[in-house]
Amino acid sequence: MNAFVAIVRRDLLLAVRRKSEVLTALFFFIIVVSLFPLGIGPEPALLRKIAPGILWVAALLATMLGLSRLFAPDHADGTLEQMALSPTPLGLLIAGKIAAHWITAGLPLVLLAPVLGIQFDLDTDALGILVLALLLGTPLLSLIGAIGAALTLGVRGGGVLLSLLVLPLYVPTLIFGAGAVEMHISGLSAAGHLSLLAALLAVAAFFAPWATTAALRIALE
Amino acid sequence: MSSAGIFDFGHNPAFSLRPPMLSVTDLSCVRGERRLFAGLSFGLAAGEWLHVQGENGAGKTSLLRILAGLAQPADGQIRWRGEPIGNLAEEYHRELMFLGHHGAVKEDLTPLENLLLAAQLDSLRLDEATALQALVRFGLRGREDLAVRCLSAGQKRRVLLARLAVRDATLWILDEPFTALDVKAVEMLSGLIAAHVAAGGMAILTSHQSMPLPNGKVLKI
Repeated sequence: MNAFVAIVRRDLLLAVRRKSEVLTALFFFIIVVSLFPLGIGPEPALLRKIAPGILWVAALLATMLGLSRLFAPDHADGTLEQMALSPTPLGLLIAGKIAAHWITAGLPLVLLAPVLGIQFDLDTDALGILVLALLLGTPLLSLIGAIGAALTLGVRGGGVLLSLLVLPLYVPTLIFGAGAVEMHISGLSAAGHLSLLAALLAVAAFFAPWATTAALRIALE
Repeated sequence: MSSAGIFDFGHNPAFSLRPPMLSVTDLSCVRGERRLFAGLSFGLAAGEWLHVQGENGAGKTSLLRILAGLAQPADGQIRWRGEPIGNLAEEYHRELMFLGHHGAVKEDLTPLENLLLAAQLDSLRLDEATALQALVRFGLRGREDLAVRCLSAGQKRRVLLARLAVRDATLWILDEPFTALDVKAVEMLSGLIAAHVAAGGMAILTSHQSMPLPNGKVLKI
């Protein structure tokens, strides 16, 4: 467990030393979300209707931005080799890297979303559901994305391939995440969608680090 | 370079009487369509070191990566203390220190942070004072708080030597450890390896230089 904490701390420290990478994705999220009300015009009913979809699609794309850098630097400087040769199981270290990715790429989106949601005239309850859905959904994005990042590691033009590979896999997260907020807006209970998101998260938290590790071992050979 | 031969000069007959800790039988490696080496067998006992020689592209690095367990051989077996290394995994890694072409040093972190984090990933207890001492020993006094990015190539390699000195491993596998080192650092590294072997450790290394160390086995591939 010490090694897990160590790798999370290391990746957070590296993110602090290279703030630009984290901030780029964050500003991308803010700008994309803010462009829609400006382009569509001030029509509260329409904005309320499109808000969940736009916030979620922007969150998917913002998470994608940093994904190709999840393992590439460690692969390039040999750290990944050392991790594979560490007495700590590689899967645990990879889980740590995914956790750190969520803290730097997912958590800020969760915290920013309610502020951006105000632009779409969402009420407090809807914002609450949005935050809850993102809180369950963004770790899922990091977990699924890590598998794609590992599979495309060292592949030429891997960035584009990664998008093609990962974005379709994000579809269930998008449907249930945006769906939860939509249900609430139309006066129904969001509990079903949130439960499904939580179930997906539980499955991914178990399988994704394992699948990522297997893919990384192939990339290392 | 498809044939492989082993020349065990056996400088010291007393050594060869010991049972080998690491034994390699009938190892072969295929890269793409080419067979790099085949039928490679040797044993290494405590207090022995092996100098792997061969032309560029002969498969030295491939051999070391296979020995470390990073790559799979096309055929053959590697046993550590009588057990195949595939079965040992983390137990083998605990006793192994692998130094590849890439130094596994994070450019954005300082040498001290690099040392401490590497130790944490290896589940090693290393306090700051010991780490500092190791850095000073390898001529990095006053550089411990500078990002590694600002150091010269040789100084980066010295950070690795410090890592070698603090890590308590039985088997050292070093790929071209003398690259980019100045005369003084070469001396320090030779001394380090000699002391390690004299204390009952083992080392396998590739180098185009002639090694100033006694009692080495030579493997030509």
